[in-house]
Amino acid sequence: MRLRGEVGTVLARMQDIRTAFGTALRLLVTLDPELVEIITLSLGVSLGALLLAAGVGLPLGAAVALWPYRGRRFAATLLNALMGLPPVVVGLVVYVFLSRSGPLGGLGWLFTPRAMIAVQFVLITPIVAALTRQVVEDLWEEYSELLRSLGAGRIRAIPTILIDGRHRLLTVLLAGFGRAIAEVGAVIIVGGNIAHVTRVMTTAIALETRKGDLALALALGIVLLGISLLVNAGAALAAEFAREREA
Amino acid sequence: MVRSSCALSCVLAALVLAVAANAGSGGRVDRDADAAVEFITLASTTSTEDSGLLADLVPRFRAQTGIDVRVVAVGTGRALQIARHGDVDVLLVHDRVSEDRFVQEGWGVDRRDVMYNDFVLVGPESDPAGVRGGQDVARALALIAAQELPFVSRGDNSGTHKAELRLWKAAKLDPSAHSGGWYREVGAGMGAALNTSAAMGAYTLTDRGTWLSFRNRRGLAIVVEGEPRLANPYGVILVNPAKHPHVKQRSGRAFIDWLVSAEGQAAIAAFRLNGEQLFHPNPGGTGGSPGSS
Amino acid sequence: MSATPAESILPLAFEGLGYAVAGRSLLRDVSARLEAGGPSIILGPNGSGKSLTLRLAHGLLEPTAGRVTWAGAEHDRVSRRQAMVFERPVLLRRSVIANVEYALALRGLSRSERPARAAELLEKTGLSGMPKRAARVLSAGEQQRLALARAWAVEPEVLFLDEPTGALDPAAARLVERLIETIAQAGTKIIMTTHDMAQARRLAEDVLFLHGGNLLEHSPAERFFAGPSSPEASAFLRGELVW
Repeated sequence: MRLRGEVGTVLARMQDIRTAFGTALRLLVTLDPELVEIITLSLGVSLGALLLAAGVGLPLGAAVALWPYRGRRFAATLLNALMGLPPVVVGLVVYVFLSRSGPLGGLGWLFTPRAMIAVQFVLITPIVAALTRQVVEDLWEEYSELLRSLGAGRIRAIPTILIDGRHRLLTVLLAGFGRAIAEVGAVIIVGGNIAHVTRVMTTAIALETRKGDLALALALGIVLLGISLLVNAGAALAAEFAREREA
Repeated sequence: MVRSSCALSCVLAALVLAVAANAGSGGRVDRDADAAVEFITLASTTSTEDSGLLADLVPRFRAQTGIDVRVVAVGTGRALQIARHGDVDVLLVHDRVSEDRFVQEGWGVDRRDVMYNDFVLVGPESDPAGVRGGQDVARALALIAAQELPFVSRGDNSGTHKAELRLWKAAKLDPSAHSGGWYREVGAGMGAALNTSAAMGAYTLTDRGTWLSFRNRRGLAIVVEGEPRLANPYGVILVNPAKHPHVKQRSGRAFIDWLVSAEGQAAIAAFRLNGEQLFHPNPGGTGGSPGSS
Repeated sequence: MSATPAESILPLAFEGLGYAVAGRSLLRDVSARLEAGGPSIILGPNGSGKSLTLRLAHGLLEPTAGRVTWAGAEHDRVSRRQAMVFERPVLLRRSVIANVEYALALRGLSRSERPARAAELLEKTGLSGMPKRAARVLSAGEQQRLALARAWAVEPEVLFLDEPTGALDPAAARLVERLIETIAQAGTKIIMTTHDMAQARRLAEDVLFLHGGNLLEHSPAERFFAGPSSPEASAFLRGELVW
């Protein structure tokens, strides 16, 4: 009796998955307007956060890698530790800051995409910085004699190394983007998952799961995976293209 | 760096900036949105949003007044909290005790009764507790407790959770002593709790709305319903502009007034979920509560 | 062509130069004076401290004993009037011409002046056929010539070279050597290490012989090759001293 129940459950879940693929396909092919809206917002928020994180994280990581003083080991360790910030905690802290009762309440960012960009920025900047630090450290080991010989000090070396490490840094940025677009907990807290305003792929999936509509949730998940694959493939192609053009 | 790869990067960066700026503008991502649509932010509960009622009411309100309503759906406890912080303009919840306290403490004004729906007790179709069809929910809970059958509680301070606790109290029982045993507190929303119930074959108290749209039933069914103590009344409150001057009180009051108006009440009554009426407008008009302005 | 400086940074002098790492002394009490003029070649077996001496002279390392002076004064960092070419060239992950333009940029040349000057240098080093190619796909010989072009771009008064042809096949080595000669004839002081005896004979004006971290001899090339004063140097010339 029990075994039959278990098998039935498995079959039901498989049916869910089949339905999910069908639903995902239908939503995409018909360019379901709500789906398009959600995708656009997801990409916009995560790309926005990535841009900001790159602007801060790339030079920060490079500076920590090249910092010639005693604090460097500590700073590097700190960056690595910050990579593991629990997202829900970050969400709560950012909420406290952005709440109308909080210090930055006057900005009016809470429950708007700006709050979501802010929270993703806080989450992924340590990742970008820490990974950049590693890339820059490795390249500096290779280039330091040459650069010093040519008369470039550590500070002057930063843009040089960032440019020369561009392929590896692209991977770093992709890691940051992947982390940003996958975030749900922090984003729900500060965004509120408001329909048409702050609902992104991940929060939509959370919503449908909560409502028990697993097939739709899975379908959205498939779309999200697809987007992630597309972005990565696109970046790989771009890198390949750039490499070939230089040969 | 080769110029062509430079150009490619520039194009990509421009694209990225455009998409990000669009998102960051904070406005409604809507094709027919005007430059700046007047809107209020409403804090409500997950069960209310999941029922689909708000998705039905908001466009009607907007069509009539031009004011959009942005709904933040969270648990009752959190809804009250963000309202206290002034992060929303209007509060729509179903926990009379908390609502009254909210107003008494000065955080809200102009409370009105809006509507009511009901809770139902669901459980495995096999009904090991033998409570099916009963008209006394407190007795049903006592039977479940006596036989130590699995019961899933939301355990998240929500309106549903508090209603459940009130019913346990009516049955003169304290299930928290058995937390972790047959009494499972999942600390989650109604959908998640139902998912867990279905997986465990447990009894649970749920609002009818979530139940009607829940698709993962797996052998769960309604065992007790229709009893007066299972009624779930809703109240709408304006966040006190005296405490939070930025609150959009004109638009907020417009929304509250519309909800209790003839049109609003008719729209509420007309709402169907899977063919069934879910919410009932208030009989005998919509009264206020102590402390309303 | 090297700049004719208002004040030269030569002579380069080592005063009791020493370098030790983790208690082990790799270079001991090296004193010498290198004047302007023809190439000075540092000879010696593996591990004798030749590369170390170059790096100390160029300022890439700090001596643990003694000091390096240029025209009598200490410079605490690499002077802009020097350049160095390493045994294995380190090239930026960019095109050939971009590598040269980078060195020019560091010298302060404006963006509009760089392409022409870089093209000129590529011409002189025989690399003008491939300016846009990725520098890292060049052959070893081409890469070394690119490194020379880059060093030349700095218009150095002194050019250090550490086993510049050590990793090259004979044909590539010959091309590189000829370039070095051209640079020397244009007025740059060459200070070079090598363990290719024939090359040393061809290029050297004076020779410094190192063994086991000690400077055993510093004399004009003719005198050194005719008859070195230390037994180790003689053994080395006969090809018997490997380390």
